[in-house]
Amino acid sequence: MHELSVAMGIVRIAKNELDKAKASRITRIELEIGELAGIEFEALDFVWPMAVKDTVLEHAERHIQRVNGKAKCLECDNEFTINQVYEPCPSCKSYLKGIVEGKELRVQALEVE
Amino acid sequence: MCGTCGCGGDGTNNILLVDKDHQNGHHHHDHHHHDHDHHHHDHDHHHHHHDHDHGHHHHGHSHDHDHHHHDHDPIDDHKKKVIAVEQDVLQHNELMAARNKGYFEGKNILALNLVSSPGSGKTSLLERTLADKKNNITFCVIEGDQQSLNDANRIAAQEVPVVQINTGKGCHLESDMIYDAVKKLNPTSNSVLFIENVGNLVCPAMFNLGETDRVVIISTTEGEDKPTKYPDMFLSSQLCIINKMDLLPYLNFDLEALKENALKVNPNLKFVEVSATTGEGMDAWYTWLEHKMKATLEPQP
Ligand SMILES: Nc1nc2c(ncn2[C@@H]2O[C@H](COP(=O)(O)OP(=O)(O)OP(=O)(O)O)[C@@H](O)[C@H]2O)c(=O)[nH]1
Ligand SMILES: [Mg+2]
Ligand SMILES: [Zn+2]
Ligand SMILES: [Zn+2]
Ligand SMILES: [Zn+2]
Repeated sequence: MHELSVAMGIVRIAKNELDKAKASRITRIELEIGELAGIEFEALDFVWPMAVKDTVLEHAERHIQRVNGKAKCLECDNEFTINQVYEPCPSCKSYLKGIVEGKELRVQALEVE
Repeated sequence: MCGTCGCGGDGTNNILLVDKDHQNGHHHHDHHHHDHDHHHHDHDHHHHHHDHDHGHHHHGHSHDHDHHHHDHDPIDDHKKKVIAVEQDVLQHNELMAARNKGYFEGKNILALNLVSSPGSGKTSLLERTLADKKNNITFCVIEGDQQSLNDANRIAAQEVPVVQINTGKGCHLESDMIYDAVKKLNPTSNSVLFIENVGNLVCPAMFNLGETDRVVIISTTEGEDKPTKYPDMFLSSQLCIINKMDLLPYLNFDLEALKENALKVNPNLKFVEVSATTGEGMDAWYTWLEHKMKATLEPQP
């Protein structure tokens, strides 16, 4: 949960970058969010208008690049996609694994003018 | 605010040092009422339509990992410029957490972040631990709650230094709050710092506080499937304390199924089974604690 504080963190990053770039406004923001990052996409959509109101992101188009979960088995080195962190390795059934993708929660880029 | 847990993060945290003599004297703890109707503020000031915020879900993009699909008509946007930001949203929290961690390591402090659903028994477990061990181990405590000094008062009654953080609308502790609280507490070297997080199995998992270890508490009155419903908390913890073991005979609780589920999420998780009420099983918890204290004193290989 806590998507509102996440959205507010995104606003803070965007404001810093806009100031640094000395541009006048942000037209687009690109986010990268993993399926295992602990973000509920519907909840983020719900809080977004409140979080960006009267901020540098109020009129920015938002684009979310979702990243699927991917793990690497620590027993057999197999790489596999996961939807939930508790899924076992499909080839050796081990639960010992490292998550290699899907935890992302990043501001990738801003389009400013 | 955020659906189920009401996370606000509006920056109105209260950090108060509570001591035994003054534990009932902090009569101003109601001086800021967080009205919980924060969903509705400013609705009469709307002069913009936010419709453009919706519908940009692009679900189609989620299954390919191509990050370079967005160069749409650069010729039209000649005044526009794209800044590569590539910054983690939680970076600020991680930086402050690293600072806390460095501080704890420098002073050989074992800092434990206790997380659980509301009411699993975090404060009860601490009360008993302090009562049993405070003559042998130097403790201090940070209590995180949305409201009230209740938990800090329970700790202060054990005559152990305690700071209460009230997070207001926020439903988890963040590393900068711990930074401020630790400055107030000024813990001595070679001690144990317990951080009782806000009762919530969701958000606290995402916020590293710089702790040495994370301990998740679940009680026998909760469902065996909690680890798979709230995996992040079990994934990020090193120890799982199963509390309220005294109630087991009266409940339909499958202890083995709980452990199995938790181990699916985190095969390295360790378990101890206790009752904070009767004291049953507490020795296994103290053994774990003392082992960890030794490890923080020894230089890392
Ligand atoms: N039977 C039984 N009850 C317990 C045990 N531990 C705690 N409780 C009871 O559970 C309730 C909640 O305990 P707390 O210690 O306040 O729980 P908490 O996790 O600190 O709660 P929050 O801070 O509100 O999240 C209290 O009524 C305790 O008396 C136990 O081992 N057995
Ligand atoms: Mg408590
Ligand atoms: Zn939340
Ligand atoms: Zn495998
Ligand atoms: Zn939260």
